[in-house]
Amino acid sequence: MELADFQFFVEVLVGGLLSGVMYSLVAIGFVLIYKTSGVLNFAQGALLLFAALTFVSLVEKGLPFWAAFALTFAALTLIGIGVERAVLRPLVNQPPITLFMATLGLSYIIEGAAQLIWGTQVHALDLGIDDTPIDVAGVFISTFDLVAAGVAAAMVASLLAFFRFTRIGLAFQAVADDQFAAVAVGLRLHRVWVVVWTAAGLVALVAGLLWGARLGVQFSLSLVVLKALPVLVLGGFDSIAGAIVGGLIIGAVEKLGEVYLGPLLGGGIESWIAYAVALALLLVKPSGLFGRPSTERA
Amino acid sequence: MTIKHWLRAAAVASVALTSAAALADEQYFPLQSYRVGPYAAGGTGFFGGFIDYLNLINTRDGGVNGVKLTWSEGETQYEVERGVEVYERLKNNPGVAAWNPLSVGIAYAMIDRITKDKVPLITINHGRTDSTDGRVFPYVFPLLLNPYSETSGIVNYLAGREGGIEKLKGKKIVVLYHGSPYGKETIPIYDLLAKQFGFEVQQIEVPHPGNEQQAQWLTIRRAKPDYVVLRGWGVMNPVALKTAQKTGFPADHIVGNVWSNSEEDVRPAGDAAKGYVAITTQASGADYPVVQEIIKTVYDANKGNLQDKARIGSVYHNLGIVNGILNVEAIRIAQAKFGKRTLTGDEVRWGFENLRLDEARVAALGAKGLFHSINVTCANHEGDGRVTFQQWDGQKWKVVSDWIAPDWKLLRPIIEKSAAQYAVEHKIEPRDCAREEAADSVRKASAE
Repeated sequence: MELADFQFFVEVLVGGLLSGVMYSLVAIGFVLIYKTSGVLNFAQGALLLFAALTFVSLVEKGLPFWAAFALTFAALTLIGIGVERAVLRPLVNQPPITLFMATLGLSYIIEGAAQLIWGTQVHALDLGIDDTPIDVAGVFISTFDLVAAGVAAAMVASLLAFFRFTRIGLAFQAVADDQFAAVAVGLRLHRVWVVVWTAAGLVALVAGLLWGARLGVQFSLSLVVLKALPVLVLGGFDSIAGAIVGGLIIGAVEKLGEVYLGPLLGGGIESWIAYAVALALLLVKPSGLFGRPSTERA
Repeated sequence: MTIKHWLRAAAVASVALTSAAALADEQYFPLQSYRVGPYAAGGTGFFGGFIDYLNLINTRDGGVNGVKLTWSEGETQYEVERGVEVYERLKNNPGVAAWNPLSVGIAYAMIDRITKDKVPLITINHGRTDSTDGRVFPYVFPLLLNPYSETSGIVNYLAGREGGIEKLKGKKIVVLYHGSPYGKETIPIYDLLAKQFGFEVQQIEVPHPGNEQQAQWLTIRRAKPDYVVLRGWGVMNPVALKTAQKTGFPADHIVGNVWSNSEEDVRPAGDAAKGYVAITTQASGADYPVVQEIIKTVYDANKGNLQDKARIGSVYHNLGIVNGILNVEAIRIAQAKFGKRTLTGDEVRWGFENLRLDEARVAALGAKGLFHSINVTCANHEGDGRVTFQQWDGQKWKVVSDWIAPDWKLLRPIIEKSAAQYAVEHKIEPRDCAREEAADSVRKASAE
């Protein structure tokens, strides 16, 4: 392999890993909710759209960055409380498929509400992060993607610290471990759910801002969930570490596959190769790389 | 028959006559619009411009020769099944003039239906290339620009930038296309033009929706092309421009196609879009007399369709206005033959087939510079539209070329071949346009 080819390979690989971090950001939102309630929250993409659209619209109305961020987070917290009261609480003890369908319906409601409140126009979102590439030994690396990776790392560290060192975080771990035992020892399940949905809202906000800065804030933001699904299958639905590792693997596989296998298979393979890898792993390890195997007594 | 029966019959006849009189004064446009969903920005702009123009004609002129224009909308969200459902729901309204779905998928799904129902289907700037051949597709009109003409227009523009068509020899062009039937439509014509003019072409697919393009742009960087043609749609466009910047490819060497040319495509990309060039059939801006009249007559009376007045004169809004002009003029032309009344769909089709607006007529309509001209015939449903190129300066589009003619002579045999194949597959007997046009001439002469 010549130097130029090797540099190109490294560039594709690094680009893929950094893209994978962006997928992980979305996947973490799913993991948080799945861990505590066993629900695959299909509305995570809609939350992401709602968060980005609310934030950018407030900024366009003249609010400073942090005020817009705080107000958007407050709106997401209200959504979290509303979801717990109106959806999760009435459906407690229902089969997971019922809750999944409820989140599916919720995603349409949130998408519709976001467009009803803020309109359907495409918005530019400038986070002030320069996106010109930097040259590292002949390899171009995106500054924006590096910053995004840093933000993702900081967010994961914050979440881990929150769940490890705060009372509510420990309650979250207890609920994630055994919901019935947690309730039996007096933990308030509803409160934990509100906190978890709020945390998922915060993840959606951060992911929405970073994805919004990349794509523009528009309806298609809600489709980035499709990037998170193979990450979850690969990493495991209930593991934050799995979401990170899964994201990195999926990102790298997508980019390397598209560049090196794409031309042999007619191109455009990026959309399905991630699912093919996830499916292959599913056959070998159904719970994903880091997921907890479920055990059910007959 | 008793008096009671006579009275009832008289009442029924009176209602029928009243309905007929009301119908005689109206021409109806069923609109399969999309104002929510992923492509709402384009839908609100286009259908907003179209409705604004219909409103202008009603308010300023009292309709087309006294025939009021009416419309109603059905939301499709750009989804084919919803588009077909809206078609079935609205098609029985009286006085349907034409369908304008602005969606390749919906248009494809409607071809058999509109042909059976004998109502024209307008696919301005898009649709099946071979539907240009009106002998096989009598009711379909890809007005102004079909995908092959667009390709030829882009190649001619690049040739102009290089200093002549012969200078394209040895150049390398990458076509980055949306992974959909729309995106793939031009693959063969780029290959053909590359062979014809001696340039190298590499065509790279971006899977739908196109929100991730790192791999494609790294491949482009390695290929070191002279130009990239962006054949995108929706979110794919700003992501392409941003990723191009990320991989160090200059924006002014990217040329967008007709669905990559709007403000919504460039604004989200920020500085990465500065210098980007795109083809268009209609210039943007609000300086044209017809747009000014819409502002004065429609918006100042609070009847404007756009929620955000800042979008007046944007690419999609102006496309809607041009689409309105073409539809209205087709009705006017058909009325000259069939009478100043509500026309049938088939009569409006005849109007479209005789839609000839030269530069003088375009100027008289207040659209000089907005679009060039159109010359639709029985055999040519595209109408020889001209294209121009605009460059994004970070705030607005600026026209950077003259009106350019695609290489229609080169394209026509390919279109006819494809249409002939469609005719065989669908057991269609192609029309004899020469005979129909001769019959029209005789009829016109005897009437005069």
